[in-house]
Amino acid sequence: MAMLEVKNIEVYYGVIRAIKGISFEVNQGEVIALIGANGAGKTTTLQTITGMLSPKSGEVLFEGVDITKIPGHKIVGMGMAHVPEGRRVFAQLSVLENLRLGAYTVKEPTQVEKSLERVYTSFPRLAERKNQMAGTLSGGEQQMLAMGRALMSQPRLICMDEPSMGLSPILVDEIFKIITNISSTGTTVLLVEQNAKKALSIADRAYVLETGNIVLEGKASELLNNEDIKKAYLGE
Amino acid sequence: MSFIMYLINGISLGSVYAIIALGYTMVYGIAKMLNFAHGDVIMIGSYISFVTFSQMGLGPVPAVVISIVVCTALGMIIERVAYKPLRKAVSPLAVLITAIGVSYLLQNVALLVFGANPVSYVSMIAVPPLKLAGGELTITGITVITIVLCLVIMGVLMVFIKKTKAGQAMLAVSEDKDAAQLMGVNVNGTIALTFAIGSGLAAIAGILLCSAYPTLTPYTGAMPGIKAFTAAVFGGIGSIPGALVGGILLGVIEILGRAYISSQLSDAIVFAVLIIVLLVKPTGILGKPIFEKV
Ligand SMILES: Nc1ncnc2c1ncn2[C@@H]1O[C@H](COP(=O)(O)OP(=O)(O)OP(=O)(O)O)[C@@H](O)[C@H]1O
Ligand SMILES: [Mg+2]
Repeated sequence: MAMLEVKNIEVYYGVIRAIKGISFEVNQGEVIALIGANGAGKTTTLQTITGMLSPKSGEVLFEGVDITKIPGHKIVGMGMAHVPEGRRVFAQLSVLENLRLGAYTVKEPTQVEKSLERVYTSFPRLAERKNQMAGTLSGGEQQMLAMGRALMSQPRLICMDEPSMGLSPILVDEIFKIITNISSTGTTVLLVEQNAKKALSIADRAYVLETGNIVLEGKASELLNNEDIKKAYLGE
Repeated sequence: MSFIMYLINGISLGSVYAIIALGYTMVYGIAKMLNFAHGDVIMIGSYISFVTFSQMGLGPVPAVVISIVVCTALGMIIERVAYKPLRKAVSPLAVLITAIGVSYLLQNVALLVFGANPVSYVSMIAVPPLKLAGGELTITGITVITIVLCLVIMGVLMVFIKKTKAGQAMLAVSEDKDAAQLMGVNVNGTIALTFAIGSGLAAIAGILLCSAYPTLTPYTGAMPGIKAFTAAVFGGIGSIPGALVGGILLGVIEILGRAYISSQLSDAIVFAVLIIVLLVKPTGILGKPIFEKV
């Protein structure tokens, strides 16, 4: 059984059919990349998985449980975290308060402290700035905070929406290194990216989304050498 | 001496405005709406405490508790029935107009149940007056209670928001509902809690207000409601310390204006000061500049 199964979901914005019945799965321990151009429906797909949107038809199963109708705020407590597009840190709260909100569903205080320690170890920059207002962090630091905040809930699956967006090449490398580290600690990763080259270089498998449809799927290493992909997404 | 007297009375009236302003400012901060029915919840709370204390003969403690419980429930019902269905409405005007409608509804229900004749509210706060400066300065018990209670409420609320999970969830919802939901925060529940707290405080404000100004009619809540809303804007809407600062300033300006300038013009003076403050600092005295999302 796959950890996450997306079965034939269709998502509408009013009358606009943004996702046209797609299916895919994510297995325990994998890094899965979901790539596609602007407006392909990547964000819509992630938001449907984590309960911010509901599909018109189809279903989403997480660890075998149908979560399609479960209210959005209950999903993170089930073990799936979402690092949203554009980071969405709480700008007027401190770094520490942001991280603690990430552990909102964690009941035991000792677990929260443990997560906090772990996040500070992975992101020393956040530890240095724990009392700073999140809105005053740099873009890269905000991305780290958004990722650290999601990790605070101790997720088994972490969904990330364009974590490299708007960052300098050096920071992009750093962010991808961090994603690899997150994966190596046993957390499953579903990664949405426009930076297809980078995403495919760290992913196990990938799906290519085009205007609401999955047009291609396969091993990331194979997709990296696929001629169509090279032309359309890798700029070669 | 009389100046100090006026000042203290102003602070006391301002404390009531501050407690009411909390309801406006918290609801605005979290649900991004102006709950114009808030003033009328105060009026309902005052009638409840009047009926339980003066007519049914209950003690002050049960009267206060019942009034708080009824207002809290009323606030949550109003939110659930009238505002929640409109949360995704395209135009924010829809909610505003609904709030005005709820305000009239509450006034008319009170008119129906309690009648249009003013009732004389009997203060349930039996605290002896405080004599200062060798008996030259007498501060009534209700004045002292009001100021102290206001400061206690502010303090408790600020600690609640800073230190508890529910308080942090409120801040998260006020900044970004979607992101808060991703943290596992029940956004609807948090908004309901905010209405509950604001309306519970409205009950307390009603009791304090009617104890100091003991004429109660179905329209009693309207003017203090508008003034407290003004106080919230004055201090910076969305800001809790702003409600305190705005409320007290407003009360002091009103009482001093009435004493030294003109009793007819005191309300006009209050609103003129508001307009000047907003011209100079559109976000209010303690209002934060609105952050741009990155
Ligand atoms: N709130 C909305 N209302 C109406 N249409 C929307 C809304 N959000 C997205 N869409 C439309 O749905 C489609 C998919 O959008 P989505 O944001 O999922 O794309 P994306 O792949 O994440 O793009 P990007 O790489 O630019 O983030 C687009 O055509 C977009 O215009
Ligand atoms: Mg997107």
